Amino acid sequence: MKIENCKFQIDPVVSGVRLLKDGSRNLQFRVCNFQFAMAFLIASFLLLVLANAAFAQKKSSCIECHIKLDDTRLSAPAKLFDNDIHKSRGLSCNDCHGGDPNADKKEDAKNPSKGYLGKPKTLDIPAYCGKCHSDANLMKRFNPSLRVDQEREYYTSVHGRLLKEKSETRVATCISCHSVHGIRAPSDPLSSVYPSNVATTCAKCHASADYMKPFGIPSDQFDKYKTSVHAKALYDKQDLSAPTCNDCHGNHGATPPGIASVANVCGQCHSRQAELFQTSPHKKAFDDKQLAECITCHSNHAIIKPNDQMIGTQQGTLCVNCHSNGDKGFIAAGMMRSRIDELIASIDKSTAILKDAEQKGMEVSKPKFELKGATDALTHARVLIHSSSTAEVDKVVAPGLDAAAKGYQAGLAALGERRFRREGLVVSLVFILFLALLVYLKIRQIESRSASASNKG
Amino acid sequence: MNPDARRAKVDSALPASQPRRRFLDYLLGTSAVATLAAIFYPIFKFMSPPQIVESTENSVVAAKLSEVPPNSGKIFKFGNKPGILVHTASGEFKAFSAVCTHLECIVQYRDDTKQIWCACHNGQYNLSGKNIGGPPPRPLEEYKVNTRGDDVVVTRG
Amino acid sequence: MRINDLTNWLDERLAISTLMHLADKKEVPVHRHSIWYYFGGMTLFLFCVQVATGILLLLYYRPSAENAFESVQFIITEVKFGWLIRSIHSWSANLMIATLFIHMFSVFFLRSYYPPREITWVSGAFLLIIVICFGFSGYLLPWNKLAFFATKVGTEIAGVVPIVGRPILRFLRGGDDVTGATLTRFFGFHVAVLPATATVFIGVHVALVQLHGMHVPKKYEDSYQRMKFFPNFILRDAIGWILAIGVLAALAALFPWELGEKADPFAPAPAGIKPEWYFLFMFQTLKWIPAKVLGMDGEVLGIMAFNLIALLLFIVPFIDRDPENRRRHLIFNICGVVALMYIVVMTIVGYVAK
Repeated sequence: MKIENCKFQIDPVVSGVRLLKDGSRNLQFRVCNFQFAMAFLIASFLLLVLANAAFAQKKSSCIECHIKLDDTRLSAPAKLFDNDIHKSRGLSCNDCHGGDPNADKKEDAKNPSKGYLGKPKTLDIPAYCGKCHSDANLMKRFNPSLRVDQEREYYTSVHGRLLKEKSETRVATCISCHSVHGIRAPSDPLSSVYPSNVATTCAKCHASADYMKPFGIPSDQFDKYKTSVHAKALYDKQDLSAPTCNDCHGNHGATPPGIASVANVCGQCHSRQAELFQTSPHKKAFDDKQLAECITCHSNHAIIKPNDQMIGTQQGTLCVNCHSNGDKGFIAAGMMRSRIDELIASIDKSTAILKDAEQKGMEVSKPKFELKGATDALTHARVLIHSSSTAEVDKVVAPGLDAAAKGYQAGLAALGERRFRREGLVVSLVFILFLALLVYLKIRQIESRSASASNKG
Repeated sequence: MNPDARRAKVDSALPASQPRRRFLDYLLGTSAVATLAAIFYPIFKFMSPPQIVESTENSVVAAKLSEVPPNSGKIFKFGNKPGILVHTASGEFKAFSAVCTHLECIVQYRDDTKQIWCACHNGQYNLSGKNIGGPPPRPLEEYKVNTRGDDVVVTRG
Repeated sequence: MRINDLTNWLDERLAISTLMHLADKKEVPVHRHSIWYYFGGMTLFLFCVQVATGILLLLYYRPSAENAFESVQFIITEVKFGWLIRSIHSWSANLMIATLFIHMFSVFFLRSYYPPREITWVSGAFLLIIVICFGFSGYLLPWNKLAFFATKVGTEIAGVVPIVGRPILRFLRGGDDVTGATLTRFFGFHVAVLPATATVFIGVHVALVQLHGMHVPKKYEDSYQRMKFFPNFILRDAIGWILAIGVLAALAALFPWELGEKADPFAPAPAGIKPEWYFLFMFQTLKWIPAKVLGMDGEVLGIMAFNLIALLLFIVPFIDRDPENRRRHLIFNICGVVALMYIVVMTIVGYVAK
């Protein structure tokens, strides 16, 4: 019976291949079909069931002991590990920490000669995880599309550079964000790095003024972010594609985007605006003045939903921060604003008359539908202002104004139809009442006649 | 006394009222006809087929075959919403709601990228209606397409 | 004389002169309460308007969840005078129910159901139920939001009744829920089953009125005058009908019947769902009734009570049949007034209540 020597386990992901541990820290795969066949032949059915039960529960003296310990620091890992993604992929304590899970005695299990590593120092954590996560050949077996450059990326981040260059251990490492022992896949809603949990995870450190003090950076980003249009989309609309911290700052390579790259970062999603901005006269001006592109107008963490009051020449618009009366940009800003205002006014006018007609009982769903062309143009025009070109904006405003005017005409027509109905009603009521009157006269005539007839008779 | 004779007697007894009665009868007749006309005119108008012959909003003739050569798209009115009909480069017909799921702009077909594209914020959808780029949070609603002779018919559901 | 020949030929086959003779002999009593005689005729006239406009609407209406709303929208926007026909159909339905109630209460208070007119009353009570069914089924047909939820609530109420409730609910809805299946069967009831039944009952009702003649209240039995039905009474009727056409046209033009939004079975129920006004007093009662009355479910009790009242309505002429019984007379008057007041007050409350 070779079966006892072959400690294998059925991996739910890499099905058909059994992961075999041979004491060393290197993982090996060996197909054990032969042993299985032998088992089937030799062992009785009962024995097989028992054997299978034994294999399913791979022995781990680490967990067996740790879970009983009173010190929660030592028992927590054993408990947490139950939900860990690594466990579900068939890994156990010793795959990271080394040692011998078959040994019954603590001294044997944690013997350095058996590769026992213990708890890594903060400085070593990236490399500790990177043992597997930076190994493309190894990771492929678990998830062929998973990236293996997290460790490298990490060392390009502010966190990683501080850790490596200044041995600063108060920075975030792998486990600060991903947690430890209870690590879940980022796609798991309970994961600390699930899109809607990322900001809170970052805020654990970044929202603490005390913690940030030695680094000299502000701690109000999270509060600002919560007021932003992005946070509203993410939390209120549950739109998981809405950006959170890592979408702009990067995750493993977390860094504030520089002036040069901010447009590229925003342009990931707002590509149309970014594209238009690149062709606009602002591009060169911003480059020359070393201004960060998008955030100069839209700010960074507390990005509110843009509104039409941002553009124009009045006090309080953003344009007048740089432009002064008479310059080219000032004129363009004024014109773009007035075109947009004109379109809004036109849409409002059409909406109002259609609403009026509707309230008066007329059916105007079709013109209301066609008015969508105008609101569409308005949304589009608000994007096109990023070109800073009045001509570009006009290209969509003009047809928008046409559509709005048509809606207004339809509203007028509906009200006209209502007038026609009333006039028609008056005319037919005249006929009807006249007829009723005549019938009444006829009755009187008949009755006076029969009365006089009966008098005579 | 038979009724005619009685009437004759009454009539001769009231000679002055005769023209007045005739006039009343005449008026009565005319206005009855006018009122009937006022009632039947709308009815006949109602029964004559209207310009748009059908009310089907559940399916609509989105385009004529000749209007949509391969690798092109067309916006059509579907109920109260715009729809987009796409004739793919491979010859398939696809139809979706043309309302972008981001800010409700009307999407269009781009023959260079072979994608559905929203000009407002560069939202992109593939030819299954799935949002694959830009801000749209959800896919476009897909409709069924059939060709009936020269007509391309789009059906909801 | 060719025309005479034709008249004679027709007369031999259709007995026109006999009918003319009958019509000529038919008389209507004239007294202080003669005015109430007109409401039956008015109800019949409005029913005819319903038939005519209903047939017209059938030319364009499509009875399916997908198309119903759109086809009604099509009728009122694209079809010439479609708005008029549709609005008249809706308004006339409501006026018909109003005149029917007036007719019923006038007959009740004038005791026109005394022998030998019991069957006339019972056929009238059937017609009341039929007309209410017309209203309930027709309300759903435009397949708009309000109608959808009102139907949901209405059928739900039927489902509360013990034992038979659930099967009735399933029968009405054509399944467990209000769906397109409900719409098709309501359509079937509205344009086929109910009109056929109504025609039979109207036939019986009107024939019996001809057979027994108009009832004269006891008070005027000895001293009333007579009016010839044809042409005196029928011309007066005609004035009423002509004016009714005018009123319908005015209502349709000035207050077009709203279409609302298309029903969406998955949308949450909108606030303030109310049934048509003639159900409001029952709706309001069920809203006010306590959840538990004497250990019984309040709603069930309320529904049973309304059913009992409906049953009582049918047997009125069999309980109160002796014109000399003054005490019963008084009790009936009090019951009638209380019922009338209750209906009026609860309808107003139902309108005002949120």
